[in-house]
Amino acid sequence: MTAVLETQSLCKAFGGLIATNDVSFSLPAGARHALIGPNGAGKTTLVNLLTGVLQPTSGRILLQGRDITGLPSHKRVKRGLARTFQINQLFADLTPLQTLVLAIAEREDAATGWWRPVGLRRDLIDEAEALLLQLGLIDVRDQRTATIAYGKQRLLEIAVALAGKPAVLLLDEPAAGVPETERHQILDVIAQLPASVTLVLIEHDMQLVFRFARTISVLVNGGLFMEGPAADIARDPRVKKVYLGEELVDV
Amino acid sequence: MSALLTYFRPDTRTASGALLAPARWQPLEILFWLFAVSLFWLAPSKVLLLNEIAILALFALSLDLILGYAGIVSLGHGAFFGLGAYVAGLLGKHGLHDPVAGLLISGGVAALLGFVTSFLVLRGSDLTKLMVTLGVALILRELANKFSTITGGADGLTGVTMGPVLGLFEFDIFGKTAYAYSLAVLFILFYIARRLVNSPYGLLLRAIKGNSLRAGAMGVPTSLRLVIIYTIAAGYAGIAGALLAQTSQFVSLDVLDFHRSADVLLVLVLGGSGQLWGAVVGAIAFKIMYDFLAAITPQYWQFWVGLVLVLIVLLGKGGILGFYGAGRDWLANRLGKGGVR
Repeated sequence: MTAVLETQSLCKAFGGLIATNDVSFSLPAGARHALIGPNGAGKTTLVNLLTGVLQPTSGRILLQGRDITGLPSHKRVKRGLARTFQINQLFADLTPLQTLVLAIAEREDAATGWWRPVGLRRDLIDEAEALLLQLGLIDVRDQRTATIAYGKQRLLEIAVALAGKPAVLLLDEPAAGVPETERHQILDVIAQLPASVTLVLIEHDMQLVFRFARTISVLVNGGLFMEGPAADIARDPRVKKVYLGEELVDV
Repeated sequence: MSALLTYFRPDTRTASGALLAPARWQPLEILFWLFAVSLFWLAPSKVLLLNEIAILALFALSLDLILGYAGIVSLGHGAFFGLGAYVAGLLGKHGLHDPVAGLLISGGVAALLGFVTSFLVLRGSDLTKLMVTLGVALILRELANKFSTITGGADGLTGVTMGPVLGLFEFDIFGKTAYAYSLAVLFILFYIARRLVNSPYGLLLRAIKGNSLRAGAMGVPTSLRLVIIYTIAAGYAGIAGALLAQTSQFVSLDVLDFHRSADVLLVLVLGGSGQLWGAVVGAIAFKIMYDFLAAITPQYWQFWVGLVLVLIVLLGKGGILGFYGAGRDWLANRLGKGGVR
């Protein structure tokens, strides 16, 4: 099976601090992969390297077999690498409908059309509406994003990424800060994502990790500490020590 | 009749209707343009002032495209206005007397400057943008001052002669043709801007303004998209400047003065940025206020303009149009109809 997302000896140093240390992994199409690790393990740096926010000091990133190491963020998105943010990054003044229509338009290279009103683009609108329905956002369709409930905003965050029909979706703590009562909605949406999308979950919440992830990478001090099937990782005493040990301290 | 009604009030329960509603012309907007045209006969003694208002409105409209929709702050938008004015003036002086051709060339030259400087402006923070735009405007002013053999320098550019508009309408000393000409240009460019802001590209600009990080994460090459609107807005400003030069048949260094850039910002904030009508309403309010206050206190009129500006910014969001919208919503709620979009 060919890898959809692959890194080869990825390194990132900030001066003397090595934030990412020789990370190589490879994900097959349809993977359900979680990236875990204690605070400061370098998860955020790795995500920033993958999405193109940061340039690696050395190493390569391949998406669907093509080298994307030198590409800026927006071009990686066009190649099929979408992400959600740990802290919502949405358009406060636009409605969910407008946001999704725009995301779909951008995917279709129609977002520079400057004469026909948005409201007459049936093709874009129908797809946006279907997505709103799928993610349970139809009831807030025309409200300003800034005014909708936080849980719904988290869903919209996922919806925007999905609108680009990505091959790989990086979910950065998708349920962070969501009240318990709205949490199940997010979990349901993740559970129902099409199998063709490769999921990378960057997560603290072990309950969420073990519900979705079939494979797990554990990052410690910027390097890959361990990787393997979720069940093995869960049982491994060393992971427990590194990871859960810190969790106990946190409590 | 019902077809007409669905045009003005598309069914907002449907997704396309909800998106279309703001793109539809409202009766009040149509009335406004009819009223503006009727002033040609109703207030012939005021056409000089009306001409100035139309030009200022167009200038503010161009700033609104970058500031109100794309979130690009500028303290030097006057550079494009002044350049347009000088190009139009020089064309009129040196043989090209056709106003419309002169207008298009002036707009094109200003757009070219906008395109070139956009690469300087679009990098960096808001403060960088303010300084770069300010700097470009200052440089242009000094160039116009320095090359006085071409521009007339401090004495101004005289000897600008204009042929009839479209070969039909001669400019008259009362300014009637001038007003009709400026109003027509304003309307056409307003219409185009209105199409633009309600298109996918207009939505995209608002998105970049709202959160460029997310826009980039959607795959949008944000800087490239902003270059386009900056270029268009510069062209709009250039045309506004050209209108001034053509209708007054004179250009002075004043067109490149800092106060042009400051005034237009003031006009836009006064009227309400981020909505095209804000530029028009702001221009009307500003000019009328100026006309009125300058008559009472010629020395201190800016005191009152400043006071009004501070009050508008502190008391409400969105300038005069913001107050209008809030009042309308309040009234709609009182009448029990729910909010009107």
